[in-house]
Amino acid sequence: MFPNKILPYLLVAPQLAITLAFFYWPAGQALYQSMLRQDPFGLKSKFVWFANFRKVLADPAYLNSLKVTVVFSLSTAIVAMGVALLLAVMAEKVVRGRGLYRTLLIWPYAVAPAIAGMLWLFLFNPSIGSLAYLLRSLGIAWDPLLNGTQAMILLVSAAAWKQISYNFLFFVAGLQAVPKTLIEAAAIDGAGETKRFWTIVFPLLAPTTFFLLVVNTVYALFDTFGIVHAVTGGGPGKSTETLVYKVYNDGFVNLILGDSAAQSVILMVIVIALTAIQFRYVERRVHYG
Amino acid sequence: MATVDLNEVKKVYPGGVEAVKGVSIAIPDKALCVLVGPSGCGKSTLLRMIAGLETISAGTVAFDGKVVNTIGPTERDIAMVFQNYALYPHMKVYDNMAYGLRNRGTPRDEIDRRVRSTAEMLELSGLLDRRPRELSGGQRQRVAMGRAVVRDPKVFLFDEPLSNLDAKLRGQMRVEIKNLQRSLGVTSVYVTHDQLEAMTLADVLVVMNGGLVEQSGAALDIYERPASTFVASFIGAPPMNLLPLVGGQAGPALGDGTTVGLAPAGAATIGFRPEDADIEFGTDLPSDALVLPASVEAVEPVGAESFLHCQAGGGRIVVRVAGRTRVSVGDRLRVVCVAAKLHWFDQAGRRVG
Repeated sequence: MFPNKILPYLLVAPQLAITLAFFYWPAGQALYQSMLRQDPFGLKSKFVWFANFRKVLADPAYLNSLKVTVVFSLSTAIVAMGVALLLAVMAEKVVRGRGLYRTLLIWPYAVAPAIAGMLWLFLFNPSIGSLAYLLRSLGIAWDPLLNGTQAMILLVSAAAWKQISYNFLFFVAGLQAVPKTLIEAAAIDGAGETKRFWTIVFPLLAPTTFFLLVVNTVYALFDTFGIVHAVTGGGPGKSTETLVYKVYNDGFVNLILGDSAAQSVILMVIVIALTAIQFRYVERRVHYG
Repeated sequence: MATVDLNEVKKVYPGGVEAVKGVSIAIPDKALCVLVGPSGCGKSTLLRMIAGLETISAGTVAFDGKVVNTIGPTERDIAMVFQNYALYPHMKVYDNMAYGLRNRGTPRDEIDRRVRSTAEMLELSGLLDRRPRELSGGQRQRVAMGRAVVRDPKVFLFDEPLSNLDAKLRGQMRVEIKNLQRSLGVTSVYVTHDQLEAMTLADVLVVMNGGLVEQSGAALDIYERPASTFVASFIGAPPMNLLPLVGGQAGPALGDGTTVGLAPAGAATIGFRPEDADIEFGTDLPSDALVLPASVEAVEPVGAESFLHCQAGGGRIVVRVAGRTRVSVGDRLRVVCVAAKLHWFDQAGRRVG
């Protein structure tokens, strides 16, 4: 195609340069630093091979953080998807003003994670939050600053809330793709509305649901630093310290650079694995018909 | 087993569009009623109202004399075969067929027995473990039939079930549907736009146009005595030849000036079927017949018969002749049709005489 041997390379060079400078170089640096141990003053460092990884993986705090992350990610994904599906099914029934409903329901997606976190923090702040006041007047001892479980609930709510609108859009599209005649056939076959949903509509939504499960898990794992930082800062104690937050805390707050780098390399492996799964899935989507 | 009675059924959509404008049909027990008409004539809407998938704006639908207007599709005890089959894509053939029975709480062993015997009858036994996407069009069609049959419902509804199949398969399935319906003896309503399908299947044929019934009755009666020019041109292939009459000094005449002495009072259109006409080269013409000078414009030999497209009587007509023909394009000849085979229609298109 191209008689010129150099021009194609020249054309992709800017893209390559950006990828190299902003992705491969830092990634390489992280990998390199994860095998270094630095003295407290940063004057000299020593190459220690995998000692940092061994230390991190044997650290109870790290394992706790792993557990916190799994709980947080799964809860966020399930809550965000469950609520979105409910809203989508309800919105599907609206005949008039459907567009308006959808527009309003997509708005929260435009809110930045840290801002979303602040909103929830204000609402549920034990001393000034209006909804915290409501909860306390209902007899619930609401104090996410001291109670780890409550802190986690608050965090999951804030993180899930932001993702609901995104999931909603996909579920609405998914529901529209379910042929109407199938639902009619099921009605004639004697299935009530609830039964129709669980035996026909939900199975046919499986491709959408699976796709969203991957997207939401990745979101909860990696895109929620802002929310954690704004709402709980990983506390109380380490009860809401996710893996991403721990990387930040160990590296930038406590300046244990080697550990932090090792953790981020582990995270990188997780991301690569998840992305691989996702691509595999996107490549051969579950198609019916 | 049920009779189905429609009484002045109407459907008005929000926005004022009137899809069905008052239709009354009585379908006897075990009969197969075919609703036929061009697209947009309201036949599918009518079927969906019988199924309970559309609300009935006015009038009543009754099964066995019991009005079912307010009963949902779930409780009407009907089974429907959809044009696109509407098989559940995530379920195996077996589960597709068992779904309706499961929903009605049929015991597991009875479901198994019924699904397997129905599958046997429809030659689906080897396909029970397949999913719909692994089946051919004809097989899917059979599964859709099986899903309806296995339930043993009061009424079968067919919504253009054969229009997604190729011509050969369609002919084959048509015969199978007819045999199945007859052997099961389930009252059925069948919607199609294909007049051949309608003619061959119907015990009761209902020709619809513009939301109204144009004519209903036995298929051959309708064929032999169409009540209007619409029915005359819709039923039969090729359709009936229709030529307008104009009043002249010497009585009614055709567009090319041929006078038609046989015309009854009020006739505005003359009609005759392609197979009722014949060509005549000689001079000894029957006295009691319509005789039209014609010029041949096209010849379509299809083996057992040939169709001659002619210019005659101020319009285009088709004449069917048996076997091969020695007529060729450009020939001038006479088309003859005996009086008993002529149809007359008035200004509004209604039958005269």
